[in-house]
Amino acid sequence: MTGQDFVRQLDEGQGFHKAPDWSERLHIDFMLIGFVVIVCGAGLFILYSASGQDMSIVIRQAIYMLIGFVGMIIIAQISPRLLMRLSPWIYIGGVALLIAVLIMGIHSKGAQRWIQLPFIRFQPSEIIKLVMPIVVATYVSKRQLPLSLKNIVAVMILIGIPVVLIARQPDLGTSLLIGASGLFILLLAGLRKRLIFSAIMLAVPSIWGFWHFVMLNYQKQRVLTFLNPQSDPWGAGWNIIQSKIAIGSGGLYGKGWLLGTQSHLDFLPESHTDFIIAVLAEEFGLMGCLILLALYALIIGRGLFITLRAQTLFGRLLAGSITLTFFVYIFVNIGMVSGLLPVVGVPLPLVSRGGTSLVTLMAGFGLLMSIQTHKTFLGQSR
Amino acid sequence: MPVNTLKDHKAEQRIVSIRVWLALVFMILLVMLLVSRLFYLQVVKYDELATQSEENRVLLQTVPPVRGLIYDRDGRLLATNRSSQTLAIVRERVEDLDQLLDDIARLIPVTENERSRFLEQITRSRPFESVPLKFRLNDKQVALIAVNQFRLPGVEINAELVREYPEGSSFAHSVGYVGRINERELKNLDPALYTGTYTVGKIGLERFYEPALIGRPGYQEVEVNARGRVTRVLSRVNPTPGKDLQLYIDTDLQNAAIKAMDGRRGSVVVLDPKTGGVMAMVSNPAFDPNLFVTGIDYVTFNDLNTDIEKPLYNRATLGEYPPASTIKPLVALGLLANNVVDKNEKIYDKGWFQLPGSDHRFRNWNRKGDGWINLSQAILRSNDTFFYKMAEKMGIDRLHDFLSQFGMGRESGIDIHEERTGLLPSTEWKQGAYGQPWYPGETVIAIIGQGYMLSTPMQLAESVTLIANRGKHVQPRLVKEDIPELQSPEWGHDIELDNHYWDLVISGMEKVVSYNRGTAYWRIGRDLKYRMAGKTGTAQVVSIPQGEEYDAEKLKEFERDHSLFVAFAPIEDPQIAMAVVLENSNGAANVARDVMDFYLLPRLARAEQKKTSADNKRTTQ
Repeated sequence: MTGQDFVRQLDEGQGFHKAPDWSERLHIDFMLIGFVVIVCGAGLFILYSASGQDMSIVIRQAIYMLIGFVGMIIIAQISPRLLMRLSPWIYIGGVALLIAVLIMGIHSKGAQRWIQLPFIRFQPSEIIKLVMPIVVATYVSKRQLPLSLKNIVAVMILIGIPVVLIARQPDLGTSLLIGASGLFILLLAGLRKRLIFSAIMLAVPSIWGFWHFVMLNYQKQRVLTFLNPQSDPWGAGWNIIQSKIAIGSGGLYGKGWLLGTQSHLDFLPESHTDFIIAVLAEEFGLMGCLILLALYALIIGRGLFITLRAQTLFGRLLAGSITLTFFVYIFVNIGMVSGLLPVVGVPLPLVSRGGTSLVTLMAGFGLLMSIQTHKTFLGQSR
Repeated sequence: MPVNTLKDHKAEQRIVSIRVWLALVFMILLVMLLVSRLFYLQVVKYDELATQSEENRVLLQTVPPVRGLIYDRDGRLLATNRSSQTLAIVRERVEDLDQLLDDIARLIPVTENERSRFLEQITRSRPFESVPLKFRLNDKQVALIAVNQFRLPGVEINAELVREYPEGSSFAHSVGYVGRINERELKNLDPALYTGTYTVGKIGLERFYEPALIGRPGYQEVEVNARGRVTRVLSRVNPTPGKDLQLYIDTDLQNAAIKAMDGRRGSVVVLDPKTGGVMAMVSNPAFDPNLFVTGIDYVTFNDLNTDIEKPLYNRATLGEYPPASTIKPLVALGLLANNVVDKNEKIYDKGWFQLPGSDHRFRNWNRKGDGWINLSQAILRSNDTFFYKMAEKMGIDRLHDFLSQFGMGRESGIDIHEERTGLLPSTEWKQGAYGQPWYPGETVIAIIGQGYMLSTPMQLAESVTLIANRGKHVQPRLVKEDIPELQSPEWGHDIELDNHYWDLVISGMEKVVSYNRGTAYWRIGRDLKYRMAGKTGTAQVVSIPQGEEYDAEKLKEFERDHSLFVAFAPIEDPQIAMAVVLENSNGAANVARDVMDFYLLPRLARAEQKKTSADNKRTTQ
């Protein structure tokens, strides 16, 4: 540790490699931030239409974006090393918050996801979205690779505790995504083929157990509805049927901005939150969707680049997990809205209305930028 | 602290790099999946989904009609629709229904009955339909809900038309009431007519004229959102409001009859002999029909339903009583028409009658006997012995056939469904009902309206109307206008009899009231201002054992005799005909007198005034 500190001081003091550029000095990855700004702009554009041209919603969303950018830049200043050192404490803190939510959280729409503090109320599960990859990446990066079975079990418990706590809120979608962000790290760190195989063998009975003991009726209903939306066209299948109509009726080029009937006549539920992609698809058609996917691809591409270029194992694992999780959000959301996946409450990153998930995502990008911009001499491979 | 040197950085980096590239391949595959899904929806299925989207905007909506109003003969409202505030819930916008119901119950009272009814209904409704929970909110309740609206997602306050019966219990049995559509009714009602309508007529006119009262729903093409909320009306076909009904009922007369009954159990039916119109139809005790409109709570209903005085029961058409002596004028006509007796024939009444070969004594109500009497005197004295003597000669079947012409033993065809036929016995009937032959002694009892014989107050009123009209039949009916598709065709028909028979019987009935030996004279006849024909009746509820004296005081209240009275007036131009039944009480004649006075005195005074003014004119000319 002392050796590393020394090197770090050396690096900051004079630097044997080329003089640090603005990016490294400010800990900002201009390319990543640029792509995020573009997607955010497109998001506001879509939100204006999806919200029924409600400028106040758009302005509020823009304010959240600004908060997000500020948060992103602040988090980028934290070095990966400090994160590693803090990770046990933030894990304990995060789990404590989740328990607090279950005990004294605020009921809202049948779920208990919020915690009320004097001036602010927030969802601890959002914080866990960041805590999870940091903690798992820290743990894994300190172990010998490939991981031993004992370590894998330990990681699974590490992942499992918050996942179960969040599932009980109940917030199935979030808990699965958080679980996934931890599992990605295991996968990136490399597992033996035998293990992957046995994991599949284990998955089947655990899915059965999950269905019977963890999932609540409305969650099961969502899955069943997904399997056959026509079964109850006025009930739970309504969302999927309407969003498919919205997407399909957009055609190649769409009905035009602000001209979508599905969303504007409120046939489409949740049109400015989880189902906002349907508004895009209806008004801008397949072309609009492809453009948005391309913009996302830029962010993901930059994320993967940062992953590959990261100096430390921790950085690689964390950056990989954040990037993959970001992709999963996009995939699950669009898959759900287009009827490929069951309806789980996953917003479309950077586009769906809602401040919390936006700020969390931005913070995640802040971690990416931190990894990219905190380089040390020893780690420099080229 | 794991020692860095133990770790192979290069190898680790390679592992992660390989995985990242692998992940990239996976991601590309998944994106291709998404894109092909979008391509499938937006290109392959475009036509189909675009069409669906077009249809999606426009919804055909039902506009419920306004239920027809019910007026009395003077245009006074007996049933109306009042706008009231209703608390309704849209299921789709509620996450936890039970929680929400609890929250509402904390603000305003929600009965268990309202709750269970609501829960039952919401399972049958579409998620975006608003289902009523509580009707007739007062201003305070509306304000409480409005203030807490933000905590009650999915709760709506709607203005809705709710049926109201301004006269309360007065017309509970005739006008009846509407109530919430129940499961059984739902299966039988035409959904096209009842979309958006939550109530249906349950009893009385509300039930009988339901098809006319409901009207036809209109339709509107609307642009709606997924919550069923209309954003724009594209076109509209207005609903046809339900038909308004005007009745023969005279509200003041009805209330006068109720007042005259003075809380006693029983029934008064008043008919207009000219039209058959029902001017009053009282069944006492009654209940407030407004309780039923939005769903009566269980406790109140149970109280009404198990009340020993049976307020829910329409005695006027469902109450079957022995007609007792009120049947005698009809029997007298039957005896004359069948040549059983001559109008001048006299018999000697020693106070009782015995069938040949039997020692059973059928006693006259007047134990001392009335001595030598003819048919007319037998009516005014209500002499039983005279009729006993004629029983065997007349025979039950001839009696049955004759009385059935007067509406006994069949429905009157009144325009409510709650009606019983009473019982007009015959040999055939007894064979069918008991598998036994008819005994002569049973005719002796039947001929004075006791034994098996039963009739409803409505039947009694119909039969006395036939006498008033000298055989011209009019159909008893509540509603003034003809609605042939709903109303039964005229049940009865005119009765052709020698005019002298009518004269004899009617004068006998007049003497019941006006002659000092008449059975009603001392009660009501002394200061009568018009010519009334009437007939008293006393129906035994329990048979009195042979040789015992009858003492009303000794009998428990529900075992006391019923008193009956049928009457019409004025004799020269009958304007009102009526039947009164008082259960376990005497004084039916007094009730009839009160009602007739109330109805006739002002009319007669007006007619008199008109006549004198006309006379004055003539004399001054």
